[in-house]
Amino acid sequence: MRLFRRRRSTPTRPRKRDIPRGLWTKCPSCSELIFRRELENSLNVCPKCGHHFQLSREKRIELLTEPGSFREWDADLESADPLKFTGTVSYESKLKASISKTGFREAITGGEAVIGSHRVGFAVMDFSFLGASMGSVVGEKVTRLFERATGRRWPVVIVCASGGARMYEGMLSLMQMAKTSAAIAKHRAAGLAYIPILTHPTTAGVMASFATLGDVIIAEPGALIGFAGPRVIRETTQQELPEGFQRSEFLLKHGLLDMIVPRSEIKPTVIALLDFMRPAGTVPSEGRDA
Amino acid sequence: MAFVLPFEKPIVDLENKLQELRRFSETQNIDVSLEIERMQEKIRQTRKEIYSRLSPWQKVQVARHPQRPYPQDYVDHMSRTFYELHGDRLYADDRAIIGGFGYLGDEKVMYILTQKGRDTKSNLACNFGCPCPEGYRKALRLMKLAARFRLPIISLIDTPGAYPGVESEERHIAEAIAVNLFEAFQLPVPIVVVITGEGGSGGALGIGIGDRVLIMEHAYYSVISPEGCAAILWKDRAHADRAAEALKLTAQDLRELGIVDEIIPEPLGGAHAQPQEAKERVRECIQRHLSDLKKIAFDELLPQRYSRFRRMGVFYEKGRLIGASAPLREDPQRGR
Ligand SMILES: [Zn+2]
Repeated sequence: MRLFRRRRSTPTRPRKRDIPRGLWTKCPSCSELIFRRELENSLNVCPKCGHHFQLSREKRIELLTEPGSFREWDADLESADPLKFTGTVSYESKLKASISKTGFREAITGGEAVIGSHRVGFAVMDFSFLGASMGSVVGEKVTRLFERATGRRWPVVIVCASGGARMYEGMLSLMQMAKTSAAIAKHRAAGLAYIPILTHPTTAGVMASFATLGDVIIAEPGALIGFAGPRVIRETTQQELPEGFQRSEFLLKHGLLDMIVPRSEIKPTVIALLDFMRPAGTVPSEGRDA
Repeated sequence: MAFVLPFEKPIVDLENKLQELRRFSETQNIDVSLEIERMQEKIRQTRKEIYSRLSPWQKVQVARHPQRPYPQDYVDHMSRTFYELHGDRLYADDRAIIGGFGYLGDEKVMYILTQKGRDTKSNLACNFGCPCPEGYRKALRLMKLAARFRLPIISLIDTPGAYPGVESEERHIAEAIAVNLFEAFQLPVPIVVVITGEGGSGGALGIGIGDRVLIMEHAYYSVISPEGCAAILWKDRAHADRAAEALKLTAQDLRELGIVDEIIPEPLGGAHAQPQEAKERVRECIQRHLSDLKKIAFDELLPQRYSRFRRMGVFYEKGRLIGASAPLREDPQRGR
């Protein structure tokens, strides 16, 4: 009964074989061996069955925003270890390992970008950095993204992925859920649109805050999306999990998602949606300014 | 039958001795009043000693004590009547979160509270205190109702967390919690939150946004249960004591981190030892904070609530440590 948030060693964590490695990659969905370059050319989507592999932040930015338009904000924010967390391995060493593995300082990269004709606040989360868990830095960056977008009257688009709150920052990480939600409330009150794009996997604290507070919620096909992890649910309730449980298609059917959009169509879809959700009183060309 | 926590055993042993002494005095008709007095003092001292040095894990056990007053007990003490309002108008009437109109002294308020149940039947009815989406949606309905009629909201929380089940996911528990966080920042009435026992992660936070967040001395509030954290870090739930230590989940830690505004002291031996006294202290504290909040200008309330949560977080910016609080061990004095 007492398991709510899990980060590491959870079923939400992709198995090793999900991650493209070497020359050939075996698709976890259809078992086809795919030539790595072919996979890269198809946006990390299996050419045979359409399985969506994870995609790097650089590729996401390239895929969704106009070339050269992305300018990063708050790149110099770094995680501290406010609890001096002591477990099997220290939080500090985990951070160091993630920084050297990914080349990024934290699990989210955000800033300003142009998508079609829209100037937006834009961010991408990266599951390979500590499971894209939300600690103080992720919370602060998301909050600043919404605050600045509110000031500039821009919509916000966030590519979400997360294993949940960052346990190593204790209650400070839980409070990021409140902080980000509050900033979104101001953004919406200003009449501005927000589109979260849920990718595999998006769960727990991020789901229970900014990932589900969109005006339109998009998901990639087959993504694991939910609050508690499937293993926790199975262990707690001793229930058999329904077929396709917590996958995008399941959530569309159960009414959480507005749409499931394959990776290659996300950008034109986001542009179209933003066209429909312009702030009142603006003229269509205004997005091109600045 | 009193439920005894393992570390309370020395107290119970002494209490048994005291009883023996009394029996002896009665049957033998010998005056042992001096010995009895000494024994009573010794019990008091032992209890004081044990309770002044509780480890984080022991505090978690006190917070989960089955004889601890539950939110409903506090409401019964504070409010002469309670008009429970049922249902989320969407799906069901969750029993793990209930709410309704009540009084605080003479003032009309909206109470939102969690329920665990006291026996097997009520435990099951309340899902052991783990709310489903409909609980959060009912709470939101009632909080919005309170805002329409300018009633302050008092939220009393003692939950292990939101219910991790198939139905919870099918009805989008994450969304229900998120929407509550979002909406709570737009409710133009004072909100006082009290963690009375367990503050189980997002399940507690879902009804835990307020202008004041108070916590009882031996309550805890954590991003993950100590058992869950132990299962992740040590692959063994038996290490919950180490996890409880690492998570900094006690009232005292949370005060230093700037997460809570005030710790409500519990009577000697914990709230379960002297429930009446505990209830009175909670009432007094809520009333004091509510009267403070009522002095805040109407248009200042929401900005203050926003900045209360806005400043939470500790990180480096351009190499400089920023945040509501300094790292615990380096500077325990710097609260907020
Ligand atoms: Zn495939």
